[in-house]
Amino acid sequence: MTLSSTAPIDANKYEIAHLELVPKRHIGRMVAAAVVLLLLAALVRAFSVGQIEWSYVRDFMFAPTIIAGLGNTLLMTVAAMALGIVLGVVIAIMRISGNPVLSSIAVAYVWIFRGAPALLQLMIWFNLALIFPTMGIPGLFEFRTVDLMTPFVAAMLGLGISQGAYTSEVVRSGLLSVDTGQYEAARSIGMTHMRMLRRIVLPQAMRVMVPPIGNEVIGMVKLTSLASVIQYSEILHNAQIIYFANTRVLELLLVASFWYLIVVSVLSVGQFYIERYFGRGVKSIRSSV
Amino acid sequence: MTSEIIVKAVDVSKRFGNFLALDKVNVEVKRGEVSCIIGPSGSGKSTFLRCINLLERMDGGAIWVSDELVGYRRDGNKLHEISDSEIARQRRRIGMVFQRFNLFPHMTALQNIMEGPVQVMGETTKAAREHAEMLLDRVGLGDKKNHYPSELSGGQQQRVAIARAMGMRPELILFDEPTSALDPELVSEVLDVMHDLASSGMTMIVVTHEMGFARNVANTVTFMEAGKVVETGLASKVLSTPKNARTAAFIQAVQS
Ligand SMILES: Nc1ncnc2c1ncn2[C@@H]1O[C@H](COP(=O)(O)OP(=O)(O)OP(=O)(O)O)[C@@H](O)[C@H]1O
Ligand SMILES: [Mg+2]
Repeated sequence: MTLSSTAPIDANKYEIAHLELVPKRHIGRMVAAAVVLLLLAALVRAFSVGQIEWSYVRDFMFAPTIIAGLGNTLLMTVAAMALGIVLGVVIAIMRISGNPVLSSIAVAYVWIFRGAPALLQLMIWFNLALIFPTMGIPGLFEFRTVDLMTPFVAAMLGLGISQGAYTSEVVRSGLLSVDTGQYEAARSIGMTHMRMLRRIVLPQAMRVMVPPIGNEVIGMVKLTSLASVIQYSEILHNAQIIYFANTRVLELLLVASFWYLIVVSVLSVGQFYIERYFGRGVKSIRSSV
Repeated sequence: MTSEIIVKAVDVSKRFGNFLALDKVNVEVKRGEVSCIIGPSGSGKSTFLRCINLLERMDGGAIWVSDELVGYRRDGNKLHEISDSEIARQRRRIGMVFQRFNLFPHMTALQNIMEGPVQVMGETTKAAREHAEMLLDRVGLGDKKNHYPSELSGGQQQRVAIARAMGMRPELILFDEPTSALDPELVSEVLDVMHDLASSGMTMIVVTHEMGFARNVANTVTFMEAGKVVETGLASKVLSTPKNARTAAFIQAVQS
């Protein structure tokens, strides 16, 4: 902005092509990294000199009871999440259907099942026999509720139904993310409402839905530990059974922690591939930056 | 040219709230005819087109496509709304090409064209693929069949969209400003495909601002303004010697 400057222009000033380039030094980063490493070392040392018998952790990692518990944890994750996704899709479609009865039901569902803690819902299902001793259609079939509401069934209903309330909001935002032009193009080639949702809208909504649903699956892996309260033999429950007998509380809690961490890590990798599949035909944000 | 009427719209009206978007529109299109609808922005051209294939519900009047009443079934003195699946069946005969292409982004060009024939018409995958490949060749995109829409230019996407409409073997194709979203240098490749389609005898209703296309290809031209048909007639007459002063002013304005 020195228009009035009369200083002669130094021609050499523009000849800098031969000068050496020195990258910026990130001193702050290096200090931060050093502090973090120091803290980490202190933590590792604390655990190694702490009163933990690492041999117990190692031995119980693959104990049959723990492995069986892990299996049940995975089974419950799949069952509750499957129920949650099916309910989530149905509720979301009801919500945007334009039918006032269906959409009110959907709103009420989300309101109720998102409004109470999952643990509480689980306990209500488990104790349903207290108010409904038998269930069924009179004259056709009838069950004693205690026989029907096994820990597995109660946990699946409690976790799956409350998950459905959350997942329906994810599905709904996915459906809303699809351009109205897509709905119109699908209708213009003669698709019925259901076929349009299945073939055109949901596959595109999936791209938006997969990351949050992946999150929810990972959340569900850990949420299944609530089922230990109603005696479902998932991994935390089985770890507790062992430490009630041998009093190695923290060692067994660590065993369970490691398994949760392993399962979650594997799922995160799976999520990457699923996202890539549903992102087909869409240029990734990263590649265009 | 036969004089069989394919589209007949009688007193079609449509309101959005208090706003009258269509005010007793009457249009008639014969088989094999290319009919252009022109008019200023907001005059109701798109709304009328969308009433023909029930993307919009009309509030009054009636439309027949190939002698079948659109959207209703007559029962004595009453008109009953038809079901979702019957509406879907009526739409199969009517192709539509949108301003913004609206190709399915998760499907390749070929899959976009095959989707309707396979899923809706129940054609075999093999037959649908052969037909789709033939159509892609016809719009000059035989080598792009495995490309996703995001890998195609606007003009190429619109040509795939035209092929998708043709894949349903419709009796009629509606075009809503098919070249308005395109860069100027891509307009002619789409118009060429439409010209070729018109020569093959396809019945087309085209909302457009391309006066050259209207002049060279259209048989009839309808000028709309404020939800009303102001003037309609043979393309050569309406475009060169319009009777109505407003039609003349509009044509003057878009051509300069
Ligand atoms: N869904 C809607 N809700 C309310 N008003 C609408 C809706 N769709 C269209 N309109 C109004 O109806 C009128 C006619 O719209 P239409 O899209 O048919 O015009 P057009 O002739 O196609 O204009 P353009 O050349 O800009 O595409 C406009 O004034 C528009 O604002
Ligand atoms: Mg329009």
